[in-house]
Amino acid sequence: MLAGEAGLGTARAMRILTGLARSAGAGRLIPITGAHIDGCLYHGQAGLDLAERLAEEGARTTVPTTLNVSSLDLRRPDNFRGDPALGASAKALMDAHTRIGARPTWTCAPYLLPGAPGLGEHVAWGESNAIVFANSVLGARTERYGDFTDLTAAICGRAPDVGLHRDEGRVATVVIDATAAARWSRPVDLRAAVIGHLVGELAEGRIAVIVGLDDADAVSTDRLRALGAAAASSGSVGLVHVAGATPEAPDAATAAGGRVRLDALPRLRLGPEDLEGALRRLGRRTGRPFAGVSLGTPHASATELTAIDSALAGRSVHPSLEVYVSAGRDVLATVPDVVRHLEAAGVRIVTDTCTYITPIIVRTDGLFLTDSAKWAYYAPANLGVDVAIASLEECIESAVGGVLLGDGAAADAATGDARR
Amino acid sequence: MNEVPIPLHALVPGDACAELMLLEAPLSLWGGLDPSDGRIIDHRHPQSGRSVAGLLVVLPAVRGSSSSSSVLAEALRVGVGPAGIILGAPDGILVAGSLVARELYDVVCPMALIRPGHLEPALATFRRATQACLRVAEGSVTLTVATDGGVTADPR
Repeated sequence: MLAGEAGLGTARAMRILTGLARSAGAGRLIPITGAHIDGCLYHGQAGLDLAERLAEEGARTTVPTTLNVSSLDLRRPDNFRGDPALGASAKALMDAHTRIGARPTWTCAPYLLPGAPGLGEHVAWGESNAIVFANSVLGARTERYGDFTDLTAAICGRAPDVGLHRDEGRVATVVIDATAAARWSRPVDLRAAVIGHLVGELAEGRIAVIVGLDDADAVSTDRLRALGAAAASSGSVGLVHVAGATPEAPDAATAAGGRVRLDALPRLRLGPEDLEGALRRLGRRTGRPFAGVSLGTPHASATELTAIDSALAGRSVHPSLEVYVSAGRDVLATVPDVVRHLEAAGVRIVTDTCTYITPIIVRTDGLFLTDSAKWAYYAPANLGVDVAIASLEECIESAVGGVLLGDGAAADAATGDARR
Repeated sequence: MNEVPIPLHALVPGDACAELMLLEAPLSLWGGLDPSDGRIIDHRHPQSGRSVAGLLVVLPAVRGSSSSSSVLAEALRVGVGPAGIILGAPDGILVAGSLVARELYDVVCPMALIRPGHLEPALATFRRATQACLRVAEGSVTLTVATDGGVTADPR
């Protein structure tokens, strides 16, 4: 490929990939069965230059490849309120990626689509929440691919044989004991997100195995993905084992490579006070008025969309608020009735993109409530909004009533807390 | 300037001599760095508001989004990226950003990784350093450092 017999674009992709493999100390490249490309979200001219150059030079994906969120909502183009020139560049970037052969899925939750990789399967995935889900919940094997690497791997059909692709790279090296966290009085979905945030803060590059998360609701697929998304935002976490729940951790000892090794690992304990502290840190409140709610980060699953519909129970959201739910187009297509209900209730569905990465939200001078630790982590810097985090149910009740409920949100508001 | 015995692993070849900037907390370039001017925009970061443009940046720990490679490549395209990067922990995402900037724009941002077990003494050296030269070739890295007092920094 490097010699150019597969075309200029493929040779260029191979040069980048081998440079990466060399820097990582990889002995070889291994075949992959699929890729998920995160580079289709517009971050500037450099990404567009690369994709267009590769497309023009004839590079094409050689494995089934999905695409992450873009900067635009093709289903409801009016959701995008950014500079039209930026919108045109964003569209050009999307087009270049589909020309290269990737599927126009435009979702950060490719694991919800048919054909998700299985246990032990090697893939090259970008997007931090997708990476941690693929490794942890599916047991597939992907390094933390970034923009460009995922694209070049999809074109070459190979990936450097390092890190999370290898058995020894997947062994837990720190134990996080969440047994006492179960005593935290707040809702279980909030607990998953906040534990994830703490795992990211505490992991420091290590692979954690969480013990003590026992009840079925705490380890449901939606909870595990909220946990993983939070951990991947607050730390560079690509894999987190949950003892008794994730496929490579039937128990903590297995995840750690044996009982002897497990007993030698550092053990960090999370209690209710740790979770409460992390909940506070995840907020950013400077006294701005409650302006809206953002759900669906990562893109909502069908079960989450249905839960939102159920929580609304036929009620409409408060007319003074902007209420968003982001989801992938393929998932939305599976629950058309739910989509109809949500839109009738005044919920703005965002497809192909997400509210914290592109100009969609109108009142960025306000406070937004979210159930997502990831959204809470990034939105203040990206958009300038204040943020508070709450359970899904608290988010919906706040959306309907027009006043903040749940979280430390209400308490903070009462004391006029402006910590940052 | 004196060569310092910090064991480094070559990530991206190239040379950079510049003022040294040690990041005091992990930073995700995506959401944390403005690629139009090189400033740190993560309000949680202790060096928020400062620019990495033209500096030899030491990142003891990395975190966050897999889009950081785009942000690095874009900052390098615009000309406000770091002159070079020294990592305290492996991160292929930033390496990809540097490789693409070289591939498309011939902008060289050399990168090296502090070998495991040597982070703390290395950071002690970097805390006293003002200027540094990083020279990364295939399989070999040399680093020379100037400190405030002009004294050779010794990490041990």
